[in-house]
Amino acid sequence: MADYLPHTPAEVDEMLDFLGMGSMEQLFAHIPAAVRLTQGLDLPEGMSEPDVAALFTQYTSANLAKATEMTCFAGAGVYDHEVPAVVKMLAGRSEFVTAYTPYQPEVAQGVLQAIFEYQTLISRLSGLPIPNASLYDAATGLVEGLNMASGATGRQKMVISAGVHPHWREVAATFARGTGHELVTALLVDGITDWGSVDATNAAAIVAAYPNYLGVLEDMTEAKSLAVSNDALFILGADPVAAGVLKTAGQWGADIFVGEGQPFGTPLAYGGPFLGLFACTEAQTRRLPGRIVGETVDSNDRRSFVTTLRAREQDIRREKATSNVCTNQTLMAVTAAIQLGWLGTQGLREIATRSAQGAHYLYNELLKISGVHALSSQPFFREFAVRLSRDASSVLLTMANDGVLGGVAVSALTSGDDTSIDGDIENVLLVTVTERRTKDEIDHYVEILRKAVGE
Amino acid sequence: MSRALSGGKASSAPLLGHATEPTLFEMSVPGRSAYQLRTTGVPAVALNELVPAVHLNSNVVDIAEVSERDLVAHFTRLSHRQFSVDLGMYPLGSCTMKYNPKFCDAVANDPGLNSVHPGAPAELTQGWLELLATLEEKLCAVTGMAAATLQPAAGAAGELTGLLLMRAYHSANGNARKRILIPDSAHGTNPASVTLGGYEVTTIPSNDRGLVDLEKLKAALGPDVAGIMLTNPNTLGLFEEEITEIAAAVHDVGGLLYYDGANLNAILGVVRPGDMGFDIVHMNLHKTFATPHGGGGPGAGPVAVSTRLVEFLPGPRATRNDDGTYSWVKPPKSIGRVHGWHGNAMVLARALAYIDVHGGDGLTRVAQHAVLNANWLRHRLRETLPAAYDRVCMHECVLTATSLKNTYGVRGLDVAKALLEEGFHSPTVYFPLIVEEALMFEPTETESLQTLEALAAAVEHIAQRAIDDPAALHLAPQTTPVSRVDEARAARHLIPTEDAARLSTR
Repeated sequence: MADYLPHTPAEVDEMLDFLGMGSMEQLFAHIPAAVRLTQGLDLPEGMSEPDVAALFTQYTSANLAKATEMTCFAGAGVYDHEVPAVVKMLAGRSEFVTAYTPYQPEVAQGVLQAIFEYQTLISRLSGLPIPNASLYDAATGLVEGLNMASGATGRQKMVISAGVHPHWREVAATFARGTGHELVTALLVDGITDWGSVDATNAAAIVAAYPNYLGVLEDMTEAKSLAVSNDALFILGADPVAAGVLKTAGQWGADIFVGEGQPFGTPLAYGGPFLGLFACTEAQTRRLPGRIVGETVDSNDRRSFVTTLRAREQDIRREKATSNVCTNQTLMAVTAAIQLGWLGTQGLREIATRSAQGAHYLYNELLKISGVHALSSQPFFREFAVRLSRDASSVLLTMANDGVLGGVAVSALTSGDDTSIDGDIENVLLVTVTERRTKDEIDHYVEILRKAVGE
Repeated sequence: MSRALSGGKASSAPLLGHATEPTLFEMSVPGRSAYQLRTTGVPAVALNELVPAVHLNSNVVDIAEVSERDLVAHFTRLSHRQFSVDLGMYPLGSCTMKYNPKFCDAVANDPGLNSVHPGAPAELTQGWLELLATLEEKLCAVTGMAAATLQPAAGAAGELTGLLLMRAYHSANGNARKRILIPDSAHGTNPASVTLGGYEVTTIPSNDRGLVDLEKLKAALGPDVAGIMLTNPNTLGLFEEEITEIAAAVHDVGGLLYYDGANLNAILGVVRPGDMGFDIVHMNLHKTFATPHGGGGPGAGPVAVSTRLVEFLPGPRATRNDDGTYSWVKPPKSIGRVHGWHGNAMVLARALAYIDVHGGDGLTRVAQHAVLNANWLRHRLRETLPAAYDRVCMHECVLTATSLKNTYGVRGLDVAKALLEEGFHSPTVYFPLIVEEALMFEPTETESLQTLEALAAAVEHIAQRAIDDPAALHLAPQTTPVSRVDEARAARHLIPTEDAARLSTR
């Protein structure tokens, strides 16, 4: 009998009496009896909070892969970065957590200004001038990017590198069922996209990832020129932490940047809520999906912020809207602004650099093991794939016994059908290192992987 | 007189005042920092030895350089410029801004849930799979459906998922069909989702009781109709009493019924969409199941379906095996993923905690008291702001400021803005579109009788101000951190970033 209702029985009676009703039942008397529930919901009785907390320990204890207990070398777009107490506490302030979408700017300057600061940061990291206020995650961000490209070109064909995260591509394929987009995959050869293998004539978009999902840094010059020569938009999905030191999407000539913002202060969270980063060129402003905050003044000429370009949005455009996004991921965007404020200019460079250093150190140590082989000869940044002498999924379970989450089996990401990988995909392991991993942890990793592949 | 210093703006300002808060970038001073990282012992090889020069940015990306103390002051002051459920009543119609139990946040923030990597093998994340499978079962019990996907990240994502399910179902039967029917009172996301689902919208007018006009609906039906999207209770807060007739008519032409769960809070334990004949249901967990809205997300929009649509659901789904373990299983004719991972998992965990605390009995009380509060408020304000359709409503009521407008020139927007000065968030204004000067109040079940009375008194005070000094109401609010903002200017000259602001005339 637990709930959060303030009403006393006497107040309920008083309120019903005010309505001229004798019972709660009368409020529902107009609902046809034929569809009414007669026995109540088929759910257990309510429980007190401490009883529910006890029940939830069965879930938490059965999750062996807690990053707090199992050293995390898994990535695939989701990274175990430092999130300090100050960011958790500020982002956890209930004014940010329990607010609604800032429809009334006079009482929502807190969220609006935080989004404005977030937009500024995403614009700088992407090298593109028009950011939005966030999307659900990178995968759905890519879908919005494709819709934007289709709107800009009037075309349906999307040429997508197989280096784009398999889940993002899968989500794009799902939504293409509605939009009618034709998705053409450009396969990888030695870890980099073979753009020459696809016909990009009449393409709306050329889509690449930087680094790609196998960690490889591809030179984006060819992708950009392919877009230019076919009058297509160039969409680049980029790692926003790497963007602290690598060329930005804008510098590579991208028209649209999409990215996964989880590394900016959001926990691993079993995959969500995450943060879809999105920015584009000025030419695409009127096709921007979701919300955007702009600076203006109030009636007393004070600087103010407000959601703007509202004429694009679904509640006004209805069936003519090019996006249906309404609720997005504001709290994660605010969190990202706080986390980036904490990191600052130097801190972002530092975590990007340290992640790259750790990844290269681990990679070089791993290749000394005879049962571990390079998957490609190409440069990488903070993540890499290796081919093992054994099935990667079973190696991961073995390593877990020694307290290490050793990465992500590529076959688990791709449902085992990625034709971009030669040979036995079951043996390919994707490994990442963040600034949180110490040399001792990395050395331990090398030791137990050596054991797990049977040396 | 203060001494001029180079660098950033000072970080102190009157609490809750009208002073403009500097941006993070204005506070920045080169060389200042807040971050602290682990000592790792990893060899510090220079980046240009790890990565070919072609990839390195020759410029430094400027973030901001502030101390931790200034960071805390800045975001704390921003939080003081923000209304929220925790501060006061938020009667924003259609948004179900109820109290968000702190317990549910605490449960979800356990490292046993929130420090788990989504790519970890199922063998190492059995707790999460069990939690998700359990939530799916309970959501199906609430809605009367057979199975659900938990992947959609928000209501609109759920809508589009539902439309793709319709498309997959009809395509499997040989013809994807062309049209989706939508009442003229529908949320804007409905028609936008229809377009993205590859369908055309046919709008069905409401009748003089604010309900779907059944005869006009029947006239619009045909073999090219894929289905109908309905919100029940509808956006006027009224229950579609002819729902079984509507369902039968749509099913007769082979169409499917989609339930927009935005207003599910009204019917918990009272009536289930499945029993009304719906085939597809999305739920807004951030409304009905009280997960905090985060200033505009994260939400979660699971979609539940009837038996004939289960094989098309997005996947993979957490599924219980015969031996009691759980696996990820993709339905045989799945439309595919609609989220990068497993959906907004932390939101899903909070919703399950909320359901477990309430149980079937508690959820029923939620709907009863939500409907009681809305009806009390509608009746209490009947003289000041009459209801657009004055009869028993469900969890929200749509009132109209037409008489204030006609008599004193005071519009619904003025009333909404003036309420901000009274310590209440505004109701939803000018929606649904079919009601003039609409003010849509949704008090929710967690507000007390005393708070409702205070809201009613505030509305009456505003009505008195409309008589005494209507011009002043056009200038409301004045006591808030900023007064009415110039939205036209923001749209005419877009300034979305600090860098754009510095190029303009700030």
